[in-house]
Amino acid sequence: MTNSNLIYLDNNATTKVDEQVLEVMLPYFSKYYGNPSSIYEFGGFNSKVIKEARESIKDFFGAKSSKEIFFTASGSESANMAIRGVLEADKSKNHIITTKVEHPCVLNLYKQLEKEGYSVTYIGVNSDGEINIDEIYDAVNEKTALVSCMYANNETGIIFPVKEIAQKVKSKNKNTKVYVDAVQAAGKIKIDVSNSEIDMMGISGHKFHAPKGIGALYVKSSILLSPLIIGGHQENGKRAGTENVPSIVGIAKAANLAQEALEYENTKVKALRDKLENGILSKIYNARLNSSPYNRVPNTTNIGFEYIEGELILLNLNDLGICASSGSACTSGSLDPSHVLKAMGVPFTALHGSIRFSLSRFTTEEEINYTIEKMPRVINKLTALSPFQKELKELKERKGII
Amino acid sequence: MWNYSETVMDHYRNPRNAGSIENADAIGEAGSLSCGDMLKLYLKVDDKGIITDAKFQTFGCGSAVASSSMLTEMIIGKHIDEARKITNKQIAEALGGLPPEKMHCSVMGHEALEAAIANYYHEEIKPNNDEETVCNCFDISKSFLINEIKNNKLKTLADVMNYTKAGGACGKCQSKIKAILDEINNASLNQEPLTKTQMIIKINNVIEKYISPELRKDGGDIELIDVEDNKIKVKLTGRCQSCNRSQITLTHFVEAALKQHIDENLEIIQV
Repeated sequence: MTNSNLIYLDNNATTKVDEQVLEVMLPYFSKYYGNPSSIYEFGGFNSKVIKEARESIKDFFGAKSSKEIFFTASGSESANMAIRGVLEADKSKNHIITTKVEHPCVLNLYKQLEKEGYSVTYIGVNSDGEINIDEIYDAVNEKTALVSCMYANNETGIIFPVKEIAQKVKSKNKNTKVYVDAVQAAGKIKIDVSNSEIDMMGISGHKFHAPKGIGALYVKSSILLSPLIIGGHQENGKRAGTENVPSIVGIAKAANLAQEALEYENTKVKALRDKLENGILSKIYNARLNSSPYNRVPNTTNIGFEYIEGELILLNLNDLGICASSGSACTSGSLDPSHVLKAMGVPFTALHGSIRFSLSRFTTEEEINYTIEKMPRVINKLTALSPFQKELKELKERKGII
Repeated sequence: MWNYSETVMDHYRNPRNAGSIENADAIGEAGSLSCGDMLKLYLKVDDKGIITDAKFQTFGCGSAVASSSMLTEMIIGKHIDEARKITNKQIAEALGGLPPEKMHCSVMGHEALEAAIANYYHEEIKPNNDEETVCNCFDISKSFLINEIKNNKLKTLADVMNYTKAGGACGKCQSKIKAILDEINNASLNQEPLTKTQMIIKINNVIEKYISPELRKDGGDIELIDVEDNKIKVKLTGRCQSCNRSQITLTHFVEAALKQHIDENLEIIQV
């Protein structure tokens, strides 16, 4: 598989490592390979490097102190470390509130915690994919140990008002902790814990042009956290294991670059996303936007194609060198379509044919033009195969296309 | 990314016989929109009962389209009674195999073919009211499940999900499916209990093939002494005899291998 002609529109799945990130990482593999815990300068030098990286990530989060930043190996680890960490540190409460549309890395952890005796309230979303803060507020009680809500949804890109949620939660129970999964927000919008009552926030490097296998977690200094991985004193005793120096250097560089590119993301990338979205919606009669057009991260669009199936769309796009993803059941090997789209009540005519396009700052206008040009042909080909010709004809007529 | 065969890829890229037939002599449907895949099969049959043309319309993934496309190629030119003998396994084989999770696509092809042939003969397709629905998400009946489990020799819940989708969505019916599986698979065990001689042959085969070669590497070996019902008496020989870890070998390796290849309920006794 070469990528010379690749049009990569699946940046919510993973991103390419920025060349500048790779460049700063390389010396830390075989030149400066010392263990940061060693006493001699060759090792100790790397602890300074990590310290600088921690400063960068602190700024990325808008945190007060770099002591509030922990490096992990992934977004999933950040979530597990935060959630299990606070629950373990205070066992007096057994109730958790989260949303129905969280990423599986969080949802499956809550399913596990239910087995371990916690009761979990799952808050739904409306058909635009938005959350009702009052529902969360109402669910908080004196037994609520934790509220966890994502910053932005990976499938729709819808942004949740996490600062407001944290404030509301604390106004009802000041002892309830708030975890925010910011994996899909980082690098796309300013993730910001300053002047907020958010206690913990997790991110993953490979979603913003750092390599895979590195994540970070913000934990407010007042929060007591039990470590998940026990061993050495690394990460202030909260996460044992010799530090992944090259990747730590990488995620810090990626965070700095992402911070600089935020404006570009929210103007140029957004314009390309909108162009793609409008192009598809205007040219393809059985296409529908699955979420609200507002209040989204700038790179994501989720479009349902009625009466055709998502995996087949992806396979045909793949033949054209276009990478996207689908909430269809068939793609994942599970038989159930996307829990996010189901929670939004996306009609089943479009549920199985939903495609997510996610752009990055490396996406070009030519790539978007090419995709807009090719999509109608792909969709028409597959629509012609559909057994629902009568329904498709009705849909066409309803939309005033004869 | 699915590991699709070249044939599967060729068929979803270039589906054969896609479309519908006006004035078709028979139409068969399987699946539904809410389930995520659906196939509509149209047949043209001449007065001798030969299928002269077949077309399909499919809503579904790559392997669903490939299964439909392959099915039409397999039945065109065949007598309708010959076509009736085609199994889902044959569709999958003709495609150069399907990933296990996608076997239900071949089952759907087979179902639509059955429906079309029933339609041709004006047979009533049993909307039997007594019929028990096991999986509500995918509307799958008990008799359909039993058929697929038997025809495809399905052993586990995962097998059933891969072939029929039953139990794959909300998961509420999984215990029911397990009960049906147990019923069928235990029945097949009870039907043909091995005679003592058959059992001895089978055990010796497993010993020869899987157990002895490993023990011999360490200078030991094993001998079958006797079989009484499910009690297997064996003797460790050579260096195994004097090895203080022989008990571990026996339970972790010998017993595990015999259980895996013969029967879960075997008991191994060292003599």
